[in-house]
Amino acid sequence: MNKTRTSGRTIGGLRTLSLQAPAVSLLFLWMIVPLAMTVWFSLQRYNLLMPGMTGFAGLENYEYLFTDPALWSAMGTTLLMVGWVLVITVVGGTLLAVLFQQEFFGQGIARVLAISPFFVMPTVSALVWKNMMMHPANGVLSWVAELFGLPAVDWFSSLPLTSIIIIVAWQWLPFALLILLTAMQSLDEDQVEAARMDGAGPIAIFFFITLPHLKRAISVVIMIEMIFLLTIFAEIFVTTSGGPGLATTNLAYLIYIRALLDFDVGMASAGGVVAIILANIVAIFLVRMVAKNLES
Amino acid sequence: MTTARTPSVASAPPAKRSALTEALLNRRLWLGVLGWSVALVIFFPIFWMVLTGFKTEAEAIAEPSLIFSPTLDSYAEVQSRAGYAKFAINSVVVAFGSTLLALVIAIPAAYSMAFLPTRRTKGTLLWMLSTKMLPPVGVLVPIYLLFRDVGLLDTRTGLIIVYTLMNLPIVVWMLYTFFKDMPKDILEAGRMDGAGTVQEVLYLLLPLTLPGIASTGLLSVILSWNEAFWSLNLTSSQAAPLTAYIASFSSPEGLFWAKLSAASTMAIAPILVFGWLTQKQMVRGLTFGAVK
Repeated sequence: MNKTRTSGRTIGGLRTLSLQAPAVSLLFLWMIVPLAMTVWFSLQRYNLLMPGMTGFAGLENYEYLFTDPALWSAMGTTLLMVGWVLVITVVGGTLLAVLFQQEFFGQGIARVLAISPFFVMPTVSALVWKNMMMHPANGVLSWVAELFGLPAVDWFSSLPLTSIIIIVAWQWLPFALLILLTAMQSLDEDQVEAARMDGAGPIAIFFFITLPHLKRAISVVIMIEMIFLLTIFAEIFVTTSGGPGLATTNLAYLIYIRALLDFDVGMASAGGVVAIILANIVAIFLVRMVAKNLES
Repeated sequence: MTTARTPSVASAPPAKRSALTEALLNRRLWLGVLGWSVALVIFFPIFWMVLTGFKTEAEAIAEPSLIFSPTLDSYAEVQSRAGYAKFAINSVVVAFGSTLLALVIAIPAAYSMAFLPTRRTKGTLLWMLSTKMLPPVGVLVPIYLLFRDVGLLDTRTGLIIVYTLMNLPIVVWMLYTFFKDMPKDILEAGRMDGAGTVQEVLYLLLPLTLPGIASTGLLSVILSWNEAFWSLNLTSSQAAPLTAYIASFSSPEGLFWAKLSAASTMAIAPILVFGWLTQKQMVRGLTFGAVK
């Protein structure tokens, strides 16, 4: 065995290279070309509507971007969206994971139903929520409100950001549940049993055994969700188009407006660079955590 | 869980046993009620959408009701008027095309990483993961302009390229973990019998890891099928997949709830089933093996 390994490595040097070459080179191009172009464009005067106005702009685009109130509003919206969805999905996901780990009749089917929203395409879930759940006159939510004698809510005009947060949280809660349920399965049952014998109640067990056990999985959920939630797009595109005003315009949607609606390539690229930097701050932690796992 | 709890019940004094069993049954009943209520609330929008697809437009927009006579009219109309099939075919071609391409590129790479690891393998794997962290909005502008200049805007080929690269890191990671789990002795034995690399991969590795490859492929299909950012920005009429088609219902003139529901139901049904089937392996792929 040892012999084949060494020989595998010597010949392998060449073999490894040729076998990995397509994947590595394609991914390298996919990463470096658009990245370099984004940085380059962000330093250029480049508006598709004004073909005559070109040339090096220096940090002008960034200056405009950072003095534009829309950027700060979009940043605030992005943070609110990410923050609230994270709170709802992580807290909810943890509680649901504990619930669905218990044994009850038809628990497997109930579990499958609960994780389903994650597999629904974002444009579908956004439209179903907008038209059939949150419609002010004929939506299910207003019908339920009426049952309890409450006034119907015009979700998208009076609570636009809340509405988007609800839709996105509905899609990502199952993701948190799925990951945390898997992590629950490696919880040491004997330890729980021992704690119970020692008189620990369910709440103590949850805080002193379950939660510490899930710590790692929870942080993975937070990081992965953050990377996706920072660039939420489709849900905004099909429901509010960023409005009313800028109420639901996050960073991703602002870049889209600048690029494909205003045709301001320079400005959109500067926004893109900001988005990349934000995502990378999160990514560093995630990659580190995965790397640690790779060693063990 | 049952096995862990049963001994404590059994070891209780006989007189107390029935009370304990009853408490246990009671507990299960309540857990069942709670669990099912939560599951049904979460699933409700999907259930309601499926139901609305079988209503007429008048019933769909009326007071919410469970009582109606189901009709397939909306399904028929979505196909005959809007040409649903065209978008569905785009989705199928793009999702399966990009998955196949990603598998073809990733299998050799994952093979060499799992069976011929060098000092650089770990670094390569982590670097691949980091390419996934590049937010799509960050590179929307250059990709859009590149695609416009080479004529890839609104083509299936363009979307296949983007989705292949988007999923490649996940596909390599998942295959790598499946290949690593495979006993090395079998491959060694094959090599002893004179199998070359190609035979080794084709006749030993692929058949033995087929379930893993299949679930990796399904995850890639699911991610491509549901992808909305690139499909909305890079396609318009010709290559638009279902995500973009469904989004076209968001215009005020396009508000037909029953048809939207019928089209949506058809669009999510296969993926929902794939998701149910691969939920366990999905965790591996989505967390890059960080949660087991």
